[in-house]
Amino acid sequence: MSNYLEVKDLSVVYTSNEIPIYAVNGVSLSLEKGKTLGLVGETGAGKTTIAKSIIRVLPEGATKTFEGDIHLEGVDIMNLPEKEMEKVRGAKIALISQDPMTALNPVHSVGEQIMESLEIHENLSKKDAMARGMELLEMVGIPKERFLNYPHEFSGGMKQRIVIAIALACNPELLLADEPTTALDVTIQAQVLDLIMKLRDERGTSMILITHDLGVVAECCDDVAVVYAGQIVESGDKYQVFHDPSHPYTRGLFHSLPQFVGEDGRLHPIPGLPPDPSNLPQGCYFSPRCPYADEHCKTVAPEPYEVEPGHLSRCHKRRGEDIK
Amino acid sequence: MTPAIEVKNLKKYFEVHGGLLHAVDDVSFQINPGTTMGVVGESGCGKSTLGRTIIHLHESTDGQIFLNGEDITFLKRKELKRIRQEMQIIFQDPYSSINPRMTIEEIIADPLKCYGWKGKELEEKVTELMDYTGVEQRLRMSYPHELDGGRRQRVGIARALALDPKFIVCDEPVSALDVSIQAQVLNLLMDLQEQNNLTLMFVTHDLSVVKLIANNICVMYLGQLVETASTEKLFESPLHPYTKALLSAVPSVDVDHPTKRILIQGELTSPINPKPGCRFYARCPYASEQCKQPQKLEEVEEGHMVSCCRVKEIN
Repeated sequence: MSNYLEVKDLSVVYTSNEIPIYAVNGVSLSLEKGKTLGLVGETGAGKTTIAKSIIRVLPEGATKTFEGDIHLEGVDIMNLPEKEMEKVRGAKIALISQDPMTALNPVHSVGEQIMESLEIHENLSKKDAMARGMELLEMVGIPKERFLNYPHEFSGGMKQRIVIAIALACNPELLLADEPTTALDVTIQAQVLDLIMKLRDERGTSMILITHDLGVVAECCDDVAVVYAGQIVESGDKYQVFHDPSHPYTRGLFHSLPQFVGEDGRLHPIPGLPPDPSNLPQGCYFSPRCPYADEHCKTVAPEPYEVEPGHLSRCHKRRGEDIK
Repeated sequence: MTPAIEVKNLKKYFEVHGGLLHAVDDVSFQINPGTTMGVVGESGCGKSTLGRTIIHLHESTDGQIFLNGEDITFLKRKELKRIRQEMQIIFQDPYSSINPRMTIEEIIADPLKCYGWKGKELEEKVTELMDYTGVEQRLRMSYPHELDGGRRQRVGIARALALDPKFIVCDEPVSALDVSIQAQVLNLLMDLQEQNNLTLMFVTHDLSVVKLIANNICVMYLGQLVETASTEKLFESPLHPYTKALLSAVPSVDVDHPTKRILIQGELTSPINPKPGCRFYARCPYASEQCKQPQKLEEVEEGHMVSCCRVKEIN
């Protein structure tokens, strides 16, 4: 059986002042129906670009290369004509973007913004769309009397709930949530995550959750893929990856967390910085920062190997033998 | 022991459209020399205003501030200049807190110049500070936009350390940084504190960070202190309903033992002309009639203060 969502060898190259920026470099991932995959990594790793590729909203002018295979329920959505893709976007696949402060249009009431996709995709009349819109607003815990309020009249947490209501308006099968709680305070984050998970479970929605927070992955996801310099360096179900992080980068991420303080009272973070995507290193992209790297790593790019069934690590060194 | 910093009933109100915004409302605590006080709370709880008021970036509305036992609440300009050497601040956003038109060298030298450093001495001191905070010498003539967030924050730290202060307010110094860079900066701060016996007030919303770096913690809610205790005690047995909810809201990286959430309803109420009762009333699962009375911070155990009239019943 093929998976609900299959991405194969996705590559995205942006261009800025004619300099190529290698944002995504051969990403393959798959998602089973009803499951949640966490994409975790640091700023600039290419997480958001992966999500934008799936829903095809990459910036047109700046995108030089957009290659690979993306299949949703066996349909090749990578090469779907734009007209057809419009029917998928918002209806089958929805995106919750990172910043609720800028995701909403400040000159339209939130009601209008919720109704928009209902009118387009579900062919509802204005009246019906309004009724559905109010239901949606109540579903995310905002009184329907506020339907005609404007974004600036809501707090950050409420704005993010509205963005969620818009994303869920047409009952999408696949939800791409790009750092949905990063801009929020922790008690509000807890409320919003609970809401997303509740709605996901009720509707059986499949989800890709992008985050830099390993705690959020641990609480909300089934599977996890760690992204570094536009590649997935480690993937597996969350128990495999959290119990037995195998790629040196994943291990470094865990050791950077204040919870994993060493006996000396200090953290043991990854030295250095992520590479510049316009100037990626030779061989393994992580090799300049990797404590295990040797000459081979610095010249030959590694392929993923199976640590155990379903648990992949893109590394020349073997967990247990080379990495202890 | 004289505390390095002590505040008594400190208040900072802002006049805004619609009344008085109680940003800091009757806060008292002390920090012993060489220790770190973590101040935690969510956006808008007044934690940054508290730090800024202590070091006189805001004028306090009422209350007293003591530095090494000396009352520094009201100072003339000259005295303030003397005191400023002793207390410094590291800001949250390494992008907007350093002047984009100055070179790294100028930024670090700036506070020194105010206190009469010049010539070769000044140059050497800047070199020393750059080495000390791990800013490469080749960046001396660079401008801030050429540096990544972690390096900029190191420049901010070098500038704060330039005058050899004894007390530093760290206002969310690692919040804008990615986790691996955050860890590097936290290590640096802990090393610097040890080497210089610095007293730190560490303002943050990130509980895992304070757990690592602070000796004692103050939890703030809407301008007020709701609980204060040693870090160990606070994480082991939080007593205030807000602290409990806050701690339980942090997603755990332990996949086998996820935290049990105490979900609190709603969001922050307005800090403008707040009602006299407990400010957490509207969101508190234990709220009752008696909570409408003003709350007092009271010692429940030694060194563990809580501002909740039902603390004994609910724990």
